[in-house]
Amino acid sequence: MKRFRFSRKQLCIPYALFLVCFVILPLAVIVYYAFTDGSGRFTLANFLSFFTNGNTIGTLCYSAVIAVAVTAVCLLIAYPAAYVLARSGLKRGPVLLMLFILPMWINFTLRITALKEILTVIEGNLSLHPFLNTVIGMTYDYLPFMILPLYTTLLQLDQNLLEAARDLGAGPASVFSRVTLPLSMPGIVSGITMTFLPAMTNYVILDMMYNSTYIMGSLIGSYFNIYDWNNGSMISLILFAVICIVSIVTGGGDQEDAKNRGAVL
Amino acid sequence: MKKILSYSWLAVVALFMYIPVLILAFYSFTDSTTIGAVRGFSLHNYVTLFTTEELRNMIVGTVLLAVGAAVISSVLGTAGAVGAFYSRTLTRRMVETANQIPVVNADVVTAFSICILLIVVLGIEKNTFIPLVIGHVVLCTPFVYLAVMPKLKQMDNGLYEAALDLGATPFQALYKIVIPQIIPGIISGFMLSVTLSLDDYFISTYTKPATFDTISTYVVNATRGAQTEIKTALWALSTVIFAVVILAVVIMNVVSAKTEKKQEVGTYDGRE
Repeated sequence: MKRFRFSRKQLCIPYALFLVCFVILPLAVIVYYAFTDGSGRFTLANFLSFFTNGNTIGTLCYSAVIAVAVTAVCLLIAYPAAYVLARSGLKRGPVLLMLFILPMWINFTLRITALKEILTVIEGNLSLHPFLNTVIGMTYDYLPFMILPLYTTLLQLDQNLLEAARDLGAGPASVFSRVTLPLSMPGIVSGITMTFLPAMTNYVILDMMYNSTYIMGSLIGSYFNIYDWNNGSMISLILFAVICIVSIVTGGGDQEDAKNRGAVL
Repeated sequence: MKKILSYSWLAVVALFMYIPVLILAFYSFTDSTTIGAVRGFSLHNYVTLFTTEELRNMIVGTVLLAVGAAVISSVLGTAGAVGAFYSRTLTRRMVETANQIPVVNADVVTAFSICILLIVVLGIEKNTFIPLVIGHVVLCTPFVYLAVMPKLKQMDNGLYEAALDLGATPFQALYKIVIPQIIPGIISGFMLSVTLSLDDYFISTYTKPATFDTISTYVVNATRGAQTEIKTALWALSTVIFAVVILAVVIMNVVSAKTEKKQEVGTYDGRE
């Protein structure tokens, strides 16, 4: 009888099973729930109601607007910052970068609480400017996620190319727009995916900033609260589809994103 | 002039990120209940933080959950990465794709799907903590996998073969040759898992027992309530965490500076 032989490949089995059970299967269940009604019969009602219900469509648009605003503001703040950081030398750069990464490690709900206290002092009543406050809150939370990928791309920028451009007579503005900016595109794309998607779905920040208007993520939350698994699943599924499309379009950036989320360690 | 201008932008951004936390830290040492009205110095908030049972349980629970989930994730993810690394390309591709799903997916969707499967379909009681732990492991393990994989790719494969030739069993070779070479990846995966779990709100909300709270769920509930005692104690909590984070960063930098001096090989530039 041949004895069971340990092989390195077999180490993969537990994790593969785990992924099937707790990543693939939950998604399959969501698909099932999304296309059935409460009694388990197949229906397209959930799907149709998503597109015919003015509330959900309004929410989709509102969260898209918020996400675009947050991403744009983050990019405008983070790009110059990352640029300066990347230029500040190999000794000082990483230390300074740490300054911008460090807040990420404080629990985000506590950070938002802090921000809220300050904004309340400045503005008085937070509910007067719900949109503005949501954008401020999310920018505050996601800024490190934008700075990090931009920093890593700008750091790799080949200085020789910039010098060559200058030697060939390009002014500072055209060096930036024709060399630096195109070369930092991967970082920009990666930063955008890392802020845009969370901004569409992280409804806690919104919730905490006293905003009564829902975004996409909070729809799931509200269906969850009333035990409507079918409609909740449909929203989840649609969100998942959007996320898949975005990550395929931005292509291959995901591995990098994951690393950026953890690059600090 | 240009330099001053560019660094002042950095300063502005840093101020934006730090001022709220620092102001809160300042007020956590006073007995005022709102920002703006300074009264006397007081450690009242810290006393409340460490003596209120509810708060203590919540903090201890969050930390235990994070460490527990990180340990499970590290073992599962490391084994998965090692196994996948030596498997056929097709198997590895499949594992990699499935691994990527929780990474790119919105936390709400991950949380909701796990909740539906475990609690609604399988009927597992939230009180058993099983859904909560599984949820956190789903959140963390992919990042362990991603942290370990590059280390495996950098590894010298000949050493494993040499160990086998010299009479080591595959398990021994794995334990004595492979693990030591990928340990930096495992450690960073572990640390990342801890931070992800500590920062999580959605997975916890959808899968936790009603009587249990993590820091995130507790804070969100507290901001809805009007208990000033709890509110100001949370200022103290935020300050304590801030201090711990700074301490950890300093220690990590000192340690890594030392090891870098000791062995100038294997410098990790954070992105390979």
